[in-house]
Amino acid sequence: MSFEKRFLDLKPLAVVSLIMATAVCNVANAQQKSAKDAIDDYRASLQDGNPADLNAARGEALWKTKRGPKNASLEACDLGLGAGKVKGAVGSLPRYFADTNKVMDAEGRLVHCMVTLQGFKPEEFNAKNFTSGAGKKATLIEDLVAYIYDESRGVAINVPQDHPMEKAAFARGKDTFYFKGGTHDFSCASCHNQDGKRIRLQELPNLTGPSKASQDAFAQWPAYRVSQGGLRTMQWRVQDCLRGQRMPELNYLSQTSVDLITFMGVNANGGKMAAPALKR
Amino acid sequence: MKNMPLASINNANTAIILIAKISTVTSAIVLLASCAAPSTGVSSATDLLAVLKSSFSERGPAKLDRLDQNEVQKICTQSEATGKPVDEAVRKKIETALYANIPYPTDSKYIGNWQAGEKIAQDGTGLQFSDAIGKPSGANCYACHQIAPKEISYGNLGPSLYKYGVNRGVRDPNSKDAEAIVKYTWARLWNTHSVNLCSSMPRFGDAKILTDAQLKDVMALLLDPQSPVNK
Repeated sequence: MSFEKRFLDLKPLAVVSLIMATAVCNVANAQQKSAKDAIDDYRASLQDGNPADLNAARGEALWKTKRGPKNASLEACDLGLGAGKVKGAVGSLPRYFADTNKVMDAEGRLVHCMVTLQGFKPEEFNAKNFTSGAGKKATLIEDLVAYIYDESRGVAINVPQDHPMEKAAFARGKDTFYFKGGTHDFSCASCHNQDGKRIRLQELPNLTGPSKASQDAFAQWPAYRVSQGGLRTMQWRVQDCLRGQRMPELNYLSQTSVDLITFMGVNANGGKMAAPALKR
Repeated sequence: MKNMPLASINNANTAIILIAKISTVTSAIVLLASCAAPSTGVSSATDLLAVLKSSFSERGPAKLDRLDQNEVQKICTQSEATGKPVDEAVRKKIETALYANIPYPTDSKYIGNWQAGEKIAQDGTGLQFSDAIGKPSGANCYACHQIAPKEISYGNLGPSLYKYGVNRGVRDPNSKDAEAIVKYTWARLWNTHSVNLCSSMPRFGDAKILTDAQLKDVMALLLDPQSPVNK
């Protein structure tokens, strides 16, 4: 008799008791370990099968589909390595683009391509609609972002500091990182300026300068966020930190977003892209 | 107004308004100090503020004036960005001035309900752009501190507050013996900058995050002998 069969033959009350006994043992075992170990186990159990793969697959199809008022695909999009070259591109973003005379991050460049190649209007992309609601169907941006990042898995992070505007974005990003404001006097540095710190049980990377922690933090976004039930982009990650800081709402693709992402990216140089990752 | 001592200023935002009204010579010095605020010397304070203001939108309770730094925010931003501690004399002067202006409860009652305090310590919402305007705020103490032993999900940005009252010899927080610790704790919660200028803890009273009644409940969580914190 198989285990399953025997299990099914048990009387319902016995099954409930067995399940409860197992649950009690699990709780007792969990309490013997440190809370952090238990959380680590939980995170490890998540790594098997990342739902962001589905976002990336949908994103790839979207990338190659003719859409928008101009009925064009995104296959001619230049993410920094030349038109149509997706592989490895986001490891060197944000960077300066001569055609727009701006420093642009991956999302900014993606939207630029959707506007110039497909004919969408810039104002169609804003803080209210680039992110899907918790557990809701992914937005086009989320799927496309998953695809272009997935194509750069394993690529070395190499965010440039050559053009004066790239240097200015880094400098402003650093100043913004330390900028205390709002009702709670918080800056990014309030939580991210020391090693070994946590909010509740969530570990906080020290993002003040070049380090392994800075590399990991940058490499792993965008990510599938289990608690949100969806893929979340780097622009979302930054605005959600600032929401917790009690700042006003960060505009999608704003200069401050690009500045902070540039600051984090340059500090992550030498790491390897690992996005979309899977997060709590 | 011209000779108003800093000691009469208990709110950093009020301080800015008052400083703005002081003589033009002093204003010029303050202005220079503001320009020196950013860290790298590449982006000026005015450029940075312009970029920030164009990058955010007002939503819910979070207006753009959250980007207007008060003097303490400016001083501590500069200190942390450069890694240079605030000048000792300046720090002492501001802390003393802020401490001297802590408004204590007029009814001299400091200890509310520790169960209500525990709820406030657990609640991390309020005043975010995603919160309703006027929604009472939590204090989210557990984000940074260990407090009651039952809660194992606590952060470590701040020190452990477990046994806060017991460890300070508080047996009856309403007694004369406990008065100094009780008043210090109130000041710590009301405006932490009065004790540690660049502390990362919010000014729960001064910035109107918590009401006085809520502060008393958090006081009870820390100081009431019946609170699990002191068991």
